[in-house]
Amino acid sequence: MIKAAHLVKKFGSSTAVNSISFDVKEGENLILLGTSGCGKTTTLRMVNRLTEPDSGTIFLNGTDIRSQQPETLRRGIGYVLQNHGLFPHYTVAENIAIVPRLLKWESSKTGKRADELFEKLNLDPAIKDKYPAALSGGQQQRVGLARSLMVNPPVLLMDEPFGALDNLTRISIRKEFRVLDELVKKTIIMVTHDVQEAFEMGDRICLMDKGEIMQIGTPEDLLFRPANNFVANFLDEQRLQLELKSVLLEEILPGSAKNISVWDQMESLLQVNAYPDDAPGDALTIESLMAAFSKYKKR
Amino acid sequence: MDQTQTFWQFVNQQSDKLWNQTWAHIGLTMISLILAIIIAVPVGILIARKQKLSGIVLGIAGVLQTIPSIALLGVMIPFLGIGPKPAILALFLYALLPVIRNTYTGIMEVNPAVVDAAKGMGMSKWQILTKVELPLAFPVLMAGIRTATVINVGVATLAAYIAAGGLGEFIFGGIALNNSNMILAGAIPAALLAIILDFLLSLVQKINLKSIRVSWLILPFVFISMSSFYLLPTQIGGRMLGGFTPEFMGREDGYLGLKSVYRLGIETVVISDAVMYKAAFEHKLDVISGYSTDGRLKAYDLITLKDDKGIFPPYYAAPVIRNEVLTKYPELEAVLNQLSGSINDSIMTALNYKVDQLKQSPEQVAMDFMVSKHLYKPSKNGTKGTVRIGSKIFGEQYILAQMYKILILGNTDLTVLTKTGLGGTKICFDALTNNQIDFYPEYTGTGFLVLLKPDKKTIKQLEGNTDGVYQYVSQAFNKQFNIKWLKPIGFNNSYALMMRKEQAQSLHIESITDLTNHLKHK
Ligand SMILES: Nc1ncnc2c1ncn2[C@@H]1O[C@H](COP(=O)(O)OP(=O)(O)O)[C@@H](O)[C@H]1O
Ligand SMILES: [Mg+2]
Repeated sequence: MIKAAHLVKKFGSSTAVNSISFDVKEGENLILLGTSGCGKTTTLRMVNRLTEPDSGTIFLNGTDIRSQQPETLRRGIGYVLQNHGLFPHYTVAENIAIVPRLLKWESSKTGKRADELFEKLNLDPAIKDKYPAALSGGQQQRVGLARSLMVNPPVLLMDEPFGALDNLTRISIRKEFRVLDELVKKTIIMVTHDVQEAFEMGDRICLMDKGEIMQIGTPEDLLFRPANNFVANFLDEQRLQLELKSVLLEEILPGSAKNISVWDQMESLLQVNAYPDDAPGDALTIESLMAAFSKYKKR
Repeated sequence: MDQTQTFWQFVNQQSDKLWNQTWAHIGLTMISLILAIIIAVPVGILIARKQKLSGIVLGIAGVLQTIPSIALLGVMIPFLGIGPKPAILALFLYALLPVIRNTYTGIMEVNPAVVDAAKGMGMSKWQILTKVELPLAFPVLMAGIRTATVINVGVATLAAYIAAGGLGEFIFGGIALNNSNMILAGAIPAALLAIILDFLLSLVQKINLKSIRVSWLILPFVFISMSSFYLLPTQIGGRMLGGFTPEFMGREDGYLGLKSVYRLGIETVVISDAVMYKAAFEHKLDVISGYSTDGRLKAYDLITLKDDKGIFPPYYAAPVIRNEVLTKYPELEAVLNQLSGSINDSIMTALNYKVDQLKQSPEQVAMDFMVSKHLYKPSKNGTKGTVRIGSKIFGEQYILAQMYKILILGNTDLTVLTKTGLGGTKICFDALTNNQIDFYPEYTGTGFLVLLKPDKKTIKQLEGNTDGVYQYVSQAFNKQFNIKWLKPIGFNNSYALMMRKEQAQSLHIESITDLTNHLKHK
């Protein structure tokens, strides 16, 4: 779906991005991960031509993005920023209608689509007539996402979308977004410096340092088959938690529920244990889960 | 003029003039402001885009702002003549800086994340400008426009100096004529105008704009500026044009007398004497009101018309001094009177010519003269006390003040402080009565008509009676203000009508009556 080849971008004498190449398949969620200043934002902005590379090419669905007017290209790509970028002088309803209006949608169509997204994103319809300043941080970020999803673009670019939120809100919004059907089908490139976030949200992770790719692969690739010391060291501190998050339950206990990570299962077990009376009879225990996990690792 | 006239009576009586001046004032302010907005907003946008230009552009606009208004108006006369054109250009230049600066600041202050989001959503540059940047910068931009408006309402009063009309005609006329009602009739509407315009614009400032539609904005702009042109004084035309100072326009021994005694029918504009002579020389004006000893008469080859019906009373100069000062320093009177009899009209004109045209300093001119008349003595560096000499704001008064300084320093043990450049008769006289100066040179005619304002009968009685006028003012000043008129210096700096010599000669005009007849037959 998206193919970037040998992207280079210099600002003055310093090289922000140095020969970066990657592929993102349709429906895939690629995370650009790395410490601040390593070139993630610059890489992301080259995809919708907010930054033009010094050299290298990007193909979207097989066509060079430079063959389109930048404005036309951008209207077909959703873009979510860390500081939401909502227009302060527009109401919520007006904000989310910006791209539809650029594409000359009928207002009834815009209204219907807005209602649909509001419901999916758990947004109170009463805030439609409010200005962004009157919303909470979580609401602003949801509205920002709704705005980028209005015209249902096949590709979504997100730059630290949860970065401005407090810890608790961030974790709960992240969970919500992960299962949102609108997002599941989309081809997404997301930038973050938060390792946990990368492992929770990413199908594949592109770990960067000083403008270069250190490793690109699935979370398990990075954890269990690090390409170099940098990758191994980068993840070491939170290794156990990351492993629990990236290993699926069905991998350690074949035949159990699909698409649930060991970490998720443990979380729900802990909740159940807080209320022992609710525990199902043949329940998995934390202990048996841990035992299965260590057996899986020793394999 | 009746002294007991109230403010409201004045306003009623002069309501036509007041409306004309107010409309002209609004017209000047609005046209210049709109022109400034049309230029300054795009410039502000440009320098927000090309930051490198911002320093130099804001610098230039800032320098324009610091040019004194009168100087700016004066500089423009050779190119644009007199009337509304140079006034509008000057006001336009003053309004540029606040509008450019606030447009620039407003756009720079827009949250970059918002602009980034706009770009990322696929808005074009123009859409970003009109739907994001300008609407968000709008309150700041409007604050700049408000500043410019208030500045322009104020500076527009000076338009009266170059025949562009406006409320300055009353303000400066009132100051010159010692007529508080007239000052207030100009100053109050000007202040109200500033307050009202600022208030209206503050309402506009609060509007939350979603987007700026250029076409919506241009229409009212065009409408307002077109209509504003109707408010300006009708364009100067006609065969002969008179340019008179605000003071002359309001005086019996000035324009009022020309109308009532000579029945002079000439189109007139109000103008400051700083630019009047030059405007006459450059054929922008044909007849002007000047002073008979003015050095520029010589410089610009003008002649005075004979006052054959005697409407201009004599204007013999003499020091007016507070009696308290004479009691304290009795030696002063004899010392100041030393100058009496040593300067006649032609000597004074020649001295003025040196200062006004040859640009010699009044100090130097006074010193040369005193030495040549053997009136100079070296300063005694006395410490007995200080005498404060005032002067009005023109060359002749500066010269006289310097001469008196030389006399006092050389003949008494007093020191001297000069407070020169007091704006006009009223300001100078108020300074004297309020004990801020001790004496200044005044003219008998001015003391008679402007400061004492006698009734018509007295004026008629003393018409043409030089000595009688001097006696009258001496007694009245002594009684009313406790101020003494010392001996007249000797020259008569009377009001006079002036024309270019060649024009007057070719039309065979020698007196004011000739001029009246010439105009009648046109
Ligand atoms: N517009 C710019 N001008 C100059 N330097 C820039 C610009 N944008 C980014 N950089 C520099 O490029 C490097 C990478 O920046 P960025 O892509 O924003 O990093 P990240 O998003 O990973 O934190 C940094 O050193 C940053 O200072
Ligand atoms: Mg970044």
